[in-house]
Amino acid sequence: MSLDWFITIITNNWPMLLRGAWMTLVISTLGTLIGALIGLIIGVINTTPKAQKGGQKTFLAIVNGLLRVYVEFFRGTPMIVQAMVIFYGTPLIMQWLKATIGTDFGFNGDMNATFAAVVIVSLNTGAYMAEIVRGGIISVDKGQFEAARAMGMNHWTTMTSVVLPQVLRNILPATGNQYIMNIKDTSVLNVITVNELFFQTKTIAGANFRYFESFFIACIIYLIMTLTATQVLRFFERRLEGKANYQMLDEAGIMRPKSRE
Amino acid sequence: MGNVIDIQHLSKSFGSHEVLKDINFSVEKGEVVTVIGSSGSGKSTLLRCINLLEIPSGGEIIYHGENILQKKNLNDYRKHMGMVFQQFNLFNNWDVLNNCTVGQKKILKRSKAEAEEIALNYLKVVGMDRYVKARPHQLSGGQKQRVAIARALSMSPDALLFDEPTSALDPEMVGEVLRVMKELAQSGLTMIIVTHEMEFAREISDRIVFMDKGLIVEEGSPDELFNNPKHERTKAFLQRALK
Repeated sequence: MSLDWFITIITNNWPMLLRGAWMTLVISTLGTLIGALIGLIIGVINTTPKAQKGGQKTFLAIVNGLLRVYVEFFRGTPMIVQAMVIFYGTPLIMQWLKATIGTDFGFNGDMNATFAAVVIVSLNTGAYMAEIVRGGIISVDKGQFEAARAMGMNHWTTMTSVVLPQVLRNILPATGNQYIMNIKDTSVLNVITVNELFFQTKTIAGANFRYFESFFIACIIYLIMTLTATQVLRFFERRLEGKANYQMLDEAGIMRPKSRE
Repeated sequence: MGNVIDIQHLSKSFGSHEVLKDINFSVEKGEVVTVIGSSGSGKSTLLRCINLLEIPSGGEIIYHGENILQKKNLNDYRKHMGMVFQQFNLFNNWDVLNNCTVGQKKILKRSKAEAEEIALNYLKVVGMDRYVKARPHQLSGGQKQRVAIARALSMSPDALLFDEPTSALDPEMVGEVLRVMKELAQSGLTMIIVTHEMEFAREISDRIVFMDKGLIVEEGSPDELFNNPKHERTKAFLQRALK
């Protein structure tokens, strides 16, 4: 081991490393955002007040049952295994569909590895986020729901205008956690040939046989990405917190410019 | 003048516990009705049933000639009944002004400008117009409750329901909320109030309803009820409450 090797590897391979890091960031960021959206939607469905009428009640029960299966499946299996199953399984399912019902809806199941990666990370994150959002909704004061309902808001308006903005604030730390986990865990997607950072490093190391040096560089890049993500999230958390004091309007109804803090 | 709401044979049970039994109760337009009674007598539940925050187990609530319990969309009715809660329940994610406009915009489909004008007008009535940009957590209890009243008024309700509006307030803040309520009562707003403030009830009410164990025991003008209660239970309650 020598310092020269680090420098050589970086100078010879920096475009590949950067492309890998970029891919890692794209997949984990998109995956976290889509996953958070999935989680929010499931949270809203899960907290829909129980209907008294028959049809709607059955429908809601079925949807909730399916969502339960989804959450338990993706929380209960490793992402590396899900990646294999989804990436290699989808073409088989589409083939089978074509054979049995005569159409594969114009999609033969062959996916671009990056697309598959985003799908897998999103579904995985969605399953965890569903639980995080559920916790976030439960932690919103019951009075908020009552005030909205007393005003005549339906479940959807209550959620979008009153509850979810508060939930978003509550779940931000947990979402940040999930994001950082995603940055690291996308490395398992190398098994379906996604050219993210781990995959690129493996290729580099395979060519120069300097495994420790190559992966140590990858290690530093991962650390830079996660630490940056942490700082960005902290910034948003602080912004959302707001001030403890307020500004009163003066007699003329004008808000005075803030005195320098 | 017609009745705003007519309640007939209303009952409500939580499991096997019967909280309201055969309540008959109506409120005229412009009337101020106060419901009194000891804790657990069902007065809050009655108020929550009027707004359908609790769905009654039986009976009818007649509003504009229709039994609203038969209707499918309860939200169409709820928006006509304003509610002021013991715990204020201001929307924590909105500032004072938006608390008063969000419902107008989303439910009554008023334009932003119109909603803000109406909101500001009512915030002035409750003396909170200088705090439009403040967030709920920056306000005192009394200020929150006054904003909550402005929020309910902004929806132009047919009646305003008050569920123990001063019970969660420090003693020195009770006055400012009661003052606002008194002004509203004098302005001809239809109000149904559940409260433990006996002196206040006596002063502003057109009619007082005394409830005990899920039943309306006695009702009448403040004068009749406070000075000349007919029932033993009313006498016993007033003796304790006015001590």
